[in-house]
Amino acid sequence: MRFFIASLKRDLLVHFRKPSEILNPLVFFIVVISLFPLGLGPSPEQLSSVAPAVVWVAALLATLMSMDQMFSSDFEDGSLEQVLVSDQSLPVYVAAKIVVHWLLSGVPLVLLMPVIGLVLFVDGPGIWAMSISLLLVSPTLSLLGSIGAALTVGLPRGGLLVTILIMPLYVPVLVFATAMVQTAIGGGDVTGFVYWLLAILLLSLSLAPLAATAAVRISVDQ
Amino acid sequence: MLNWFHRLGSPKSFFEMTGRWLTGLMVCSVLLLVTGAVWALLFVPPDYQQGNSVRIMYIHVPAAILAQSGYVMMALAASVFLIWRIKMADVAVQCIAPLGASITFLALITGAIWGKPTWGTWWVWDARLTSTLILLFLYVGIIALRAALDRRANAGRACAILALVGVVNLPVIKYSVNWWFTLHQPASFSLTEKPAMPVEMWMPLLFMVIAYYFFFFTVWIMRIRNEILVRERGADWVRQWVVAK
Repeated sequence: MRFFIASLKRDLLVHFRKPSEILNPLVFFIVVISLFPLGLGPSPEQLSSVAPAVVWVAALLATLMSMDQMFSSDFEDGSLEQVLVSDQSLPVYVAAKIVVHWLLSGVPLVLLMPVIGLVLFVDGPGIWAMSISLLLVSPTLSLLGSIGAALTVGLPRGGLLVTILIMPLYVPVLVFATAMVQTAIGGGDVTGFVYWLLAILLLSLSLAPLAATAAVRISVDQ
Repeated sequence: MLNWFHRLGSPKSFFEMTGRWLTGLMVCSVLLLVTGAVWALLFVPPDYQQGNSVRIMYIHVPAAILAQSGYVMMALAASVFLIWRIKMADVAVQCIAPLGASITFLALITGAIWGKPTWGTWWVWDARLTSTLILLFLYVGIIALRAALDRRANAGRACAILALVGVVNLPVIKYSVNWWFTLHQPASFSLTEKPAMPVEMWMPLLFMVIAYYFFFFTVWIMRIRNEILVRERGADWVRQWVVAK
């Protein structure tokens, strides 16, 4: 537990020393979303009908942007190898990395949701549904992405490869999340979707750290 | 029996054993495929609803069955490699990925060709088609990871982990037509019930599935033999084999 807290504090400190690492994905998120009204035309009906999909794809891409850096800085200066050979638990270290990634890229996106909803002319229930679904899904994104990041640690242009590897796993999540938001905008009941997203989150929470740890061991162990 | 499996794990004895079977396997595959194709194209009665376009089922359904079971075989080989570190299992994973990708692609294309006259559309984003497209992306991801990691020592284990992570998609594909209301029809064969088609139609389908399996294993073994020669190119027995050719 102490190692978990220590890793958490260390990673947060390292990330806050370079605020651009946190802000760049957020700015990317906002810029991508702003491109759509420019491309599609400003009509509110059209924008609110594509809003769930646009927000979701932008959130996915923004998360993936920061994903490949998860282990790379520790890999490059050798501290990843030190954790591996130390008697500290590697799954705990990986879990701390995932939590930090979620705190720094998932949570800001959730907080930005009301603003984005207003920009895209989404009404109240829609904004609620988008926020809740993003809150449920962003840990899943971090968890699944950590597997991709661990598999491609140290590779040049690893970011693109992470996207290719992890996208097939993200697709069911995307399908459920956009269906949930569209149902909410249409006035329907979303409890079923919430259960589905929670189930996927719990499944990833239990299995993804194992896969990511194994992948880290393999990637460092060349 | 166990000794036989044990010998499959050594590249040299695998190469020698399959060398003896290969001609027979190739002849079998070609014969089965040609017989099945002729049976399906010429001797099956046309469907009362779809007419003659039902004949593409005999290409599409076996390809789809093999796309899914190919991934399961790849995941099994990957887990054998991760647990027992048998290098031949890694060779098997490396060789099946492009094969599985091609067969999935074939299933998607023939499905689209079949869908146009029967459903009126080339594509629909329903559960079965989307999850089979995801299966194609999973195969491509494994090929991409192998290419990116090149010939590093950890390439095999990284691809094995990715194969196992992707296997959660398989139950989704298989049961998607049962769980969701989709445009795609339910499975033709099940272990417990009679098929919904008459005998004249499902017999050639079963025949084609077996023919496809023979073809798949033949091409897989050919690819594995090639990869063995590449990996073991420093060994004496390879040099002798090449010289003897």
